[in-house]
Amino acid sequence: MSSLRTFRKNKLPAISTASLPDIVFILLFFFMTVVTINNQQIMVENTLPLATEAERLMKVDNIIEIYVGKPKDGQETLLGTAPRIQLGNTFVSMDQIASNALRELYLMPEHLRKSAMVSIKADKTIKMGIILDLKEELQSINLLKINYTTVQGDVFQNIE
Amino acid sequence: MPRRKGAPEVNAGSMADIAFLLLIFFLVTTTIETDAGLDRMLPPIEPPDQDVVIKQKNIFTVNINRSGQLLVEEELMDLRKLRDAAIAFLDNGGDGTCNYCRGRKDASSSDNPTKAIISLKNDRETKYSTYITVQNELVGAYNDLRNREAQRLFGQDFVDMEAEFLNPETPSAIRDDLKPKVKRIQDLFPQKLSEAETSVN
Repeated sequence: MSSLRTFRKNKLPAISTASLPDIVFILLFFFMTVVTINNQQIMVENTLPLATEAERLMKVDNIIEIYVGKPKDGQETLLGTAPRIQLGNTFVSMDQIASNALRELYLMPEHLRKSAMVSIKADKTIKMGIILDLKEELQSINLLKINYTTVQGDVFQNIE
Repeated sequence: MPRRKGAPEVNAGSMADIAFLLLIFFLVTTTIETDAGLDRMLPPIEPPDQDVVIKQKNIFTVNINRSGQLLVEEELMDLRKLRDAAIAFLDNGGDGTCNYCRGRKDASSSDNPTKAIISLKNDRETKYSTYITVQNELVGAYNDLRNREAQRLFGQDFVDMEAEFLNPETPSAIRDDLKPKVKRIQDLFPQKLSEAETSVN
């Protein structure tokens, strides 16, 4: 009996979980600051090509994103399989690119407009013709900084 | 009877659960975006006033046809050899004014890295992925040469220096220190990658 009593006395105290919420909150804040909320719905197929020499896009606020690709599954019967351009949340035809891009530029804070950059997120299966036209449109409104957005990886997988 | 204790303590045991719920919500709804890509500068739309005459030997022509084949300097070339060919062209230093070049000093190739221009042309039917691969290899050629010079001068890769310089989180003191170094390397091998129409006469 005596041995049991001493055993009970030496039992480990329960670990306090009072600081657990703090730890979880720190995790939460970390994720909230690191992550960017992407509320844009991509309406085109978008498998980016691979590249090894890609540079990180540092800022997010001064970037106009243009998606190019075939309409996603399910919409093919309505929209066909020709590549389309998505700017903002809508499909944009080639002659509307300039006005739409300028509107996006206008929505930007004024001090960022000078460094505005267009990120071209094109599906790797499309042909260059649409990209050439797109570049001409961007030249016409003097948006000259562009970025062909890619995924880090072996470039020679692109051509297979 | 007066209360001995103050207000009774609120049980905070479920706080962790609430925080976990929030955390899981954020994890599910967000994606960590790591956008990267090849930066390019388009030429302004109005052509410069005077016609610039460039010697043919200072232009490295790269043509991509509709089936993705490469014509480099009038010769068919495999895409995997493009980077080395571009490096050989840029690093040639034909007229001997370039004291950091390690090329063959071939008189029929480029005079100086600051004069060397890479001209890229492609067909409307060229696949975008092929075009990106070619762009990547040409940018890679410049980066390889710039890394070499940065290693020689500052013992550091140019790509890392530039990334640190462009990162807005880098302290301004370090960025001020890096700025002239990055500029110097860029001036040694300026990136002259033209996609404009060039006429030969």
